[in-house]
Amino acid sequence: MSDQFQGIEPMVYQSQINVPYSWWAGDTATRFFVTLRDEKKITATKCGDCGKVLLPPRKICPRCFTENMEWVKVSDEGTLLTFAVAGRPFAAIPADKKVPVIWGLIQLDGADTALLHYLDGVRPEEVSIGMRVRAVYSEVRKGTIRDISHFKPVK
Amino acid sequence: MAKRVAIVGTGQTFHKSHRPDVNGQELIHEAVARALADADLKLKDIDAVVIGNMDHFEGINYVDCWSVDGSGGTMKPIIKLTTGGTTGCTVAIGGYHLVGSGMFDRVLIIGWEKNSESDTTGAITTAFDPIWDRLVFAGAISGLAAEAQAYMARYGATDRDGARVSVRDRKHAMNNPHAQLRKEVSLEEVLASPMLADPIHLLDVCPRSDGACAVIMASEDIAEKICPKPDWIWGTAARHSYSYLGDADYGRLTSMREGSQELWKKAGIKEPRKELDVVEMYQPYSFGGLIWIEDMGLVGPGEAPRYIWDGNTDMGGELPINPSGGVISCNPIGATGLIRCAEAAMQVMGKAEGRQVPDVNFAFSSGFGGCWWTDMILHGKKKPA
Repeated sequence: MSDQFQGIEPMVYQSQINVPYSWWAGDTATRFFVTLRDEKKITATKCGDCGKVLLPPRKICPRCFTENMEWVKVSDEGTLLTFAVAGRPFAAIPADKKVPVIWGLIQLDGADTALLHYLDGVRPEEVSIGMRVRAVYSEVRKGTIRDISHFKPVK
Repeated sequence: MAKRVAIVGTGQTFHKSHRPDVNGQELIHEAVARALADADLKLKDIDAVVIGNMDHFEGINYVDCWSVDGSGGTMKPIIKLTTGGTTGCTVAIGGYHLVGSGMFDRVLIIGWEKNSESDTTGAITTAFDPIWDRLVFAGAISGLAAEAQAYMARYGATDRDGARVSVRDRKHAMNNPHAQLRKEVSLEEVLASPMLADPIHLLDVCPRSDGACAVIMASEDIAEKICPKPDWIWGTAARHSYSYLGDADYGRLTSMREGSQELWKKAGIKEPRKELDVVEMYQPYSFGGLIWIEDMGLVGPGEAPRYIWDGNTDMGGELPINPSGGVISCNPIGATGLIRCAEAAMQVMGKAEGRQVPDVNFAFSSGFGGCWWTDMILHGKKKPA
């Protein structure tokens, strides 16, 4: 730096950008979260054209481009399609989660797509693709995806 | 251009201040579905997608990928363009280039915004230089007020002249079911509304809206098969210039002057006021409706107030401006420029319903960005030579 500036003290202007957001979930996602919060049920939307059951629920089938969708309940048990383990803390990990944190993509029975969520109650070395897991609901539910606390292996 | 290009379908949402009933993808889908229906096309007919919105407004950085559920872009060539306030016009120009190149026959163009999801001024502030301009002058209103002050000082215009433009646009919005603000206002109400930044009153400026717009362009090989009376693109121009805010010529919009001169030359237009039939301009505040029509060459410097007061730009006048009610009636920013393009296209195609101007041969649409840049499109009923 001293070579580049040849004795001139480099000035750095310290600031930050603060842009608060409040994202609307929309009526489709809202219905999913209300059902999850109040009834501890996981729901999805089924396309009337191709028959695929989409989770997260979609208002529009992205392949058929139709709003011909109906609500269906899916199981809170499913199959682990793949997973990742974080061994160190970073910003995307909520403060109440301790490393190692395991994320899984879980295809719930009755759904054609997978849901991203945490795995817990299992050590990373015990996790295997294809294992059966079940949703554990949070005691306090606020209408977010974390109303499911995590998924745990089915014994 | 290798191919001549026409707009063959348009669609837009019924814009509102808040759309809590839909997320961004779902909002986009409403506009896309309407554009496909308007052109009587299916998603499979679309060869490529161009999409844009404002940086930072929803905090989504990969909008092109994230939006595919709504845009229909899954497994299609899709590209994001974002140029601030001009975005909606820029996506249209980008789509025009894709079709005009001969590489794509049917391109879907989307502009959208959920302004309700963040702090508009906080986000716009990021458009300005962080070290020199951001602290002292950032945001939209202050810059526009400086422009209006400079114009008034130079030509003797008053805040009543600005208010007359606002009265016009808000009256026109009564004919447009898609506009967010549909309430007539009087000159006195504009002047009595809260002063935001002298001379700009609350009723002189645009609202923040949630909304989306979609436009489908097709090449000359198929345009008339899709739509018997398409809207032909006669030319486009874009002028972006910004280093520091103090570099601009306040009271004149240089980008509008240079861009429109290029456009008139391309199309062989000698007297734009007489040869244009309708104008849909990105005019986010009333004084822009005075200053910028002078820069377009519609009237001479300082002549806009008289021209506006005489009713020439009202519906039924010599050259109606903003039959849709314009941007001060509705402003989902990333969609706003594309709504101007769609509204101009609807005028040419004869599809503007209650806001239709009779016998439109040439229509002009534009986009504007807060750092004094302008994009524009000339639309025509006849196929360009």
